[in-house]
Amino acid sequence: MTGLLQLDGLEKRFGAVVAVDGISLSVPAGEVLGFLGPNGAGKSTTMKMASGFLAPDAGTARICDFDVVTSPIAAKKLVGYLPEGAPAWGEMTPLGFLKFCASVRGLTGADGRRAIDQAVARTGLESVIDRAIETLSKGFKRRVGLAQAILHDPRVLILDEPTDGLDPNQKHHVRQLIRDMAAERAIVVSTHILEEVDAVCSRAIIIDRGRIVADGTADELRKLIPGKRKSSLEDVFHHVTTTRELADA
Amino acid sequence: MHNIAAIARRELGAYFGTPIAYVFLVVFVILCGIMTFYVGDLLGRGTADLVPFFTYVPWVLLVFVPAVGMRLWAEEKKSGSIELLMTLPITVSEAVIGKWLAGWLFIGVALIATFSLWVTVNILGSPDNGVILVSYLGAFAMAGVLLAVAGCASALTHNQVIAFVIAVALSFLIITSGTPLVLDAVRAVGGNVLGDAISSLSVIAHFEQPMHGVIVLADVVYAVAMVVFWLFATGLAIELKKAG
Repeated sequence: MTGLLQLDGLEKRFGAVVAVDGISLSVPAGEVLGFLGPNGAGKSTTMKMASGFLAPDAGTARICDFDVVTSPIAAKKLVGYLPEGAPAWGEMTPLGFLKFCASVRGLTGADGRRAIDQAVARTGLESVIDRAIETLSKGFKRRVGLAQAILHDPRVLILDEPTDGLDPNQKHHVRQLIRDMAAERAIVVSTHILEEVDAVCSRAIIIDRGRIVADGTADELRKLIPGKRKSSLEDVFHHVTTTRELADA
Repeated sequence: MHNIAAIARRELGAYFGTPIAYVFLVVFVILCGIMTFYVGDLLGRGTADLVPFFTYVPWVLLVFVPAVGMRLWAEEKKSGSIELLMTLPITVSEAVIGKWLAGWLFIGVALIATFSLWVTVNILGSPDNGVILVSYLGAFAMAGVLLAVAGCASALTHNQVIAFVIAVALSFLIITSGTPLVLDAVRAVGGNVLGDAISSLSVIAHFEQPMHGVIVLADVVYAVAMVVFWLFATGLAIELKKAG
């Protein structure tokens, strides 16, 4: 079966640097895929291509069978994307920002209000709804980005470091939100917090230098180091991202 | 159409959401006043019209329009919000047109804010208000052309200062290509044909008729063609970045 999110042989280079080197993966409905890797491994670049922001040099990214390059509008309607760092227009209020997003996503009138109310409630933005986004704390900014990503109830959610910079309570809240949304959706979450894999992900992929070096459930990953029945995810992460030979085997 | 309106509304909100918008408007009106009364010597001419204003307004726009347009794309790139914008289900054309439209309307507000000059000449005498109206429309169209250029410059960089400098340089060429400063030199070297060709690309040459209250199809076509060309170039710059 093909996934709601389907990447085939994605490649991207910036000048001489190969950022993403042939990544293929499929995320079916109901799966929360953890996207792990060292800084600079190509996580964000892959997510930018999956969301249709960057055009791949080779390969395809498809959302519910719509190619993000050849049918960008159809694909983008079905995706919710939280870019790295959760950028937003700082002079807007969360309410104005969400109204704008609802408007361009075709959610107008009562539908728009309902979608905004729901996203605001799910991300707990009620208390800051009328303050300029640039004056909000990092945690609230991230939640504004999340609210925008889930606003239109997308089939595919691509979240680039959704819990980065949040305090433990906020992290817990965001993980709960992701778990709640998982049932009908394909969700990809990039992180370098390994505990998140156990907390929210049903499967994890580790990438290194633009390639997938490990792929499986948390328990499968723990068995990856030869000679050890069960190691910590930290050890596995370290092992697969420093030993290319093993990955190629 | 709906998306263009939504983007334009958001951008206009961004202009007026900061005090800079009002600073811009005040500075623009003051500059126009100085140009009209001192440089253009409105009162000393003894004629009740706004020719001094419309003679110098291109030079005010030369600085003002790039200042309005420089943030259109450069700011989005700097803050990363372009990633948000371009992953919404909108086309590049919708984003380019919507942003340009917002800047153009903002400049329209600035032009309207100079109405006190119009009132002044009406108190001092009885000017041909039809001519003044057409001149205003011409100035508005000229601002639209220069804004499309500034937007394109903004799409080339994530640095607003660089965008401003590029936009002023390009606008300067587009304005001066119709003045003796450039034309005499071109005619001396390339003859009248080349001179006329260069001159026909200048906004000043196409502002000549509206300033006398005449709307000529060629001038309208010029303005529309220039805007379309520069907006197209802007879209291209955005698309190239996406591939890059």
